Amino acid sequence: MNFDFSDEQKQMRDAARKFLTEKCPPKAVREVLDGKATYDKALWTGLAEMGFLGVAIPEEFGGAGAGHLELCVIAEEMGRALAPVPFASTVYLAAEALLLAGSDAQKQKWLPKIASGEAIGTLALFEGKGNPSPQAIKLSASGGTLNGVKKPVPDGAIADFAIVAARTGSTGRDADISLFLVDLKAGGVEVRSLTNIDPTHGQAELTFKNCKAEPLGAAGDGWSILTQVLDRAAVLVAFEQVGGSDRALEMGRDYALDRIAFGRPIGSFQAVKHILADMYVSATLARSNCYYGAWALSTNASELPEAAAAARISATQAFQHCSKNNIQVHGGMGFTWEFDCHMYYRRANATAVTLGSLSYWEDQLIDRMRKKNAA
Amino acid sequence: MNFDDTPQEAAFRAEAKAWIAANAPKQYEDELRKSSLGRTALRDANILEVAKVWQKKKADAGWACLHWPKEYGGRGSSPIERVIWQQEEGPFGKLSGIFIIGHGMCGPTMMAFAGEAEKKKYLPPLASGEKVWCQLFSEPAGGSDVAGLRTRAEKKGDDWIINGQKIWTSGAHYSDYGILLTRTDPNVAKHKGLTMFFLDMKSPGVDIRPIKQASGQSDFNEVYFTDVKIPDSQRLGAVNDGWNVSLTTLMNERMSIGAGVSTGFPELFDFCNSLMLDDGPAIEDRNVRSRLANYAVKASGLKYTSMRAISALSKGDRPGPENSIGKLVAGSMVQEVAMYALDLQGAAGALSGPEDAEIAGKFQAMLLRAPGTRVEGGTDEIMRNIIAERVLGLPGDIRVDKDVPFNKIPTNGRA
Amino acid sequence: MNFDDTPQEAEFRATARKWVAANAPKEFEEELSKSSLGRIRLAKHDMVEVGKTWQKKKAEGGWACLHWPKEYGGRGATPIEKVIWQQEEGVYGKLTQPFQIGEGMCGPTVMAFGTEDAKRRYLPKLASGEEIWCQLFSEPAGGSDVAGLRTRAEKQGDNWVINGQKIWTSGAHYSDYGLLITRTDPNVPKHKGLTMFFLDMKSKGVEVRPIKQANGMQEFNEVYFTDVVIPDSQRLGAVGDGWSVSLTTLMNERMSIGSRLATGLPEMFEFCSNLMTDDGLAIDDPATRSKLASWAVKASGLKYTSYRAISALSKGERPGPENSIGKLVSGTMLQDIATYAMDLEGASGALTGLDEETASGQFQQMLLSSPSMRIAGGTDEILRNIIAERVLGLPGDIRVDKDVPFNKIPTKGR
Repeated sequence: MNFDFSDEQKQMRDAARKFLTEKCPPKAVREVLDGKATYDKALWTGLAEMGFLGVAIPEEFGGAGAGHLELCVIAEEMGRALAPVPFASTVYLAAEALLLAGSDAQKQKWLPKIASGEAIGTLALFEGKGNPSPQAIKLSASGGTLNGVKKPVPDGAIADFAIVAARTGSTGRDADISLFLVDLKAGGVEVRSLTNIDPTHGQAELTFKNCKAEPLGAAGDGWSILTQVLDRAAVLVAFEQVGGSDRALEMGRDYALDRIAFGRPIGSFQAVKHILADMYVSATLARSNCYYGAWALSTNASELPEAAAAARISATQAFQHCSKNNIQVHGGMGFTWEFDCHMYYRRANATAVTLGSLSYWEDQLIDRMRKKNAA
Repeated sequence: MNFDDTPQEAAFRAEAKAWIAANAPKQYEDELRKSSLGRTALRDANILEVAKVWQKKKADAGWACLHWPKEYGGRGSSPIERVIWQQEEGPFGKLSGIFIIGHGMCGPTMMAFAGEAEKKKYLPPLASGEKVWCQLFSEPAGGSDVAGLRTRAEKKGDDWIINGQKIWTSGAHYSDYGILLTRTDPNVAKHKGLTMFFLDMKSPGVDIRPIKQASGQSDFNEVYFTDVKIPDSQRLGAVNDGWNVSLTTLMNERMSIGAGVSTGFPELFDFCNSLMLDDGPAIEDRNVRSRLANYAVKASGLKYTSMRAISALSKGDRPGPENSIGKLVAGSMVQEVAMYALDLQGAAGALSGPEDAEIAGKFQAMLLRAPGTRVEGGTDEIMRNIIAERVLGLPGDIRVDKDVPFNKIPTNGRA
Repeated sequence: MNFDDTPQEAEFRATARKWVAANAPKEFEEELSKSSLGRIRLAKHDMVEVGKTWQKKKAEGGWACLHWPKEYGGRGATPIEKVIWQQEEGVYGKLTQPFQIGEGMCGPTVMAFGTEDAKRRYLPKLASGEEIWCQLFSEPAGGSDVAGLRTRAEKQGDNWVINGQKIWTSGAHYSDYGLLITRTDPNVPKHKGLTMFFLDMKSKGVEVRPIKQANGMQEFNEVYFTDVVIPDSQRLGAVGDGWSVSLTTLMNERMSIGSRLATGLPEMFEFCSNLMTDDGLAIDDPATRSKLASWAVKASGLKYTSYRAISALSKGERPGPENSIGKLVSGTMLQDIATYAMDLEGASGALTGLDEETASGQFQQMLLSSPSMRIAGGTDEILRNIIAERVLGLPGDIRVDKDVPFNKIPTKGR
């Protein structure tokens, strides 16, 4: 059994951590938090130069051709550093959709641009409140033009292209949904930025008015592709969440060691110790579930749907738990804008609902376990 | 990243699998597979006898205490081979329950501190299950605070005379030997006046009384010592060095890797898959699904955490501290799972008569046994302290009794 | 057992109700009733100004600081009358927020330790809201450990000279006076070298800087003191006796009885009753119902615990310690409710804009504000200690700093 990342993958993790520690300190995250920039462009270029944007993109499409395990270790570091860049939307959603369903021409057009940092992509799935479901998709596609509204679209205001889920039938089945690729710079799309609890990652509303679009994948395959994309993204976002959980735990631990009250470090009080021990427990459970998700993702195993849901749930819980209790351990200082704790709290609660909320994934997990059991 | 064996591991696994297929007591397989926390018993056979036969068979063929040296009854295996053996032994491993303390704690302590003659004499029958060992550490006055123990050992010539009481001793009533931690000097600080021995449980003056647990069962005992004589040759480690010796025993935690703690989740999942509620199958109820999902990710988190540790062993690395979370997570989870299973059965959940299905009984046994799991072998609170201190590096608690002579430490809070 | 007023209580309630109906600023009623945790603001008016007007009107009608003696601006009312007043004042009670610290903490301390002259000079204006008071206790080095404070007061002639820094001071920027605890002797154990004063917040050398909170708001301040001069006549209690004086302030917890803590439950219940999900109304979903039910019994448990305390007051008894569970229960509950409300909204749950069909962003604001509920005025951990020690009678934690001179206590863990 070798249920661990290889030495090379761990070296890549170290390289990513070193790079992000240098190029993405909390000060850089705050530039975007405070609204001085929509994302960290310099960091984005740097990530491209390091080869991180295209790490899982095959060499023939301009990537590094490494694989998804490598992408997982980078995702963890991105989450740890709260990198304020459209990494998840571009790399986990848009690139994965292209890899899964894109035509050779579509891949040739967009994947090299993703790897080089020239193109930002996203997935336009949601239409207001609610979780992923084919019934909720109303945006219509006919004759290669789209009409409808998508919201929220992650990084929609800065994206160059979007994969759009559209309704192409009305039979009430999954086959009513098809995917389209839209060049957002080509007109026909109105973009409105939306405020959200984590300003370090933008959200937008995209209104499509007779917008020209090309199909991505076969007509009627949309929902099946989306399900696969969401599962893959669930594993990758879970690694970001695990990275964030670990960092929040470390911040809490460090503060508990430094801060003196009643003549002793607050970390010597059991009430504080036990909070931190419980944070460690949730972070460890999440990490182990994520490793299994990484294995399933990298081998395209039939266990992926179940593994992805478990990783997603476990990591969401861990990040919410660790980020809120990091504030608690910090006391009043943890509730100031000046301390970084709230940035993790914001990110944790924002990532808890992207890709669909915890309740949704809980439901999915049991559905999938039940199917496996029946099989 | 993969779950594959190396070629050597695969060869070892094949050998183990073949031997087990040929030798295991298959007539009990089904019953053992179904048994869960709080009820490992066989309906028509004495589990102790069945276990001893199986252990002896394993020992004869070289499958007992795999990681021990051959001269002491083991096989000289690597840690990963031991894990593979456990995986292959599967439900039959539940039969080794009665030997766990001897193999995991007493044996290693003997190996580290006993004389060569004693090792050659006592370890092979311990490995083969012919002799069962127990561990006599906990006392009424020293539970989480093990070093607070009060059982006295006083030197008389070449012997030691023991007086006092131990508690929570698993299997004392069927054990042949025990390792015993005593206080030899009450005038020094509490960690400094302890000495370790091993003794024959049939010695005159040893009185064993079963404890009736909250669950109604009796897995544990009180053991009383009245002028029990132990020769000095059965001392383990130096006089007053017992605390260090006991750490060797307590630290022998590797045994837990791969053993897989019981969470109750598989039982609950099966149960929900078959249970009909008024509105339809339980597994289609959103609330049930949400609960199940939460338990599922804890159970899988523990499983994959243990696989990470196994991987470290496979590479010859020392596993990280992650495994310390197992009992903490599983203990309260079993409790919650059992409560929820009973809740789902409505008012019928509290019935325990034979007519009320095996299922209700299974979760009731779990519910009643679970509080014990959260206490024995380190309470939840002690486990959190261990994680906070050893893993996260937080300072230890303030110890008011650290440098105080033992006989000056208060014994009652509101005296 | 009943929920009825005694005849006297009923009469008092009728009088109060009539006065409120005739005098309250009804134009703000709707806005006030909608405001929840993390957003008590009036869209077009300055909350402090509106509050001052209402408080002055109440004072003139004899409805301010009801339980205070008349000569200091109160009404000489009984505790139960105060509770009845709060019930009748209803949503307008939210306007008294700027005066709560003055009325609940500073006033009682001046009443207990101030000279008669000082009481007559300061208390009536405090009661009428004309002068606002703040409390300057917390410091960067002393949060939960209040007595660990480091702000120095040194005697110079008839005056004291103050240097140091306070933090988490609510309303310092609009306060006229402040209650200030200082260290006058660092060579004795920490509880023994403290002295209490009150001071004019406009004194030279006082600098107030707002703190930007994690939720983006600014409700608290840092206050810096540089050679601030306070006359000895503004000392409260003996020199070195400040800890005892501060206990009077901190123990004045009765004010909390009857004034309900936000739990988020009413908002959540309404939200779930109206939210359509793919499978129908959220409130018809078993998972949502199970959660709502758990929260509902917590909220009702808190409500009826507070009723039990009110009954004790009504009978002229001292309420038991039950009320101390309020903040501990409601803080976590707010956080859990906000998290689940966002969960129910799916990916849109992270949006905060007013026009994003996200229940006006109220749960998002609740989520961001809720961590402070678990910290301010005693962290969850301190509250559990208080319950364990004061209610259940368990021994206090081991205090390694108890008999150590203050300047020998370590200040940094590593």
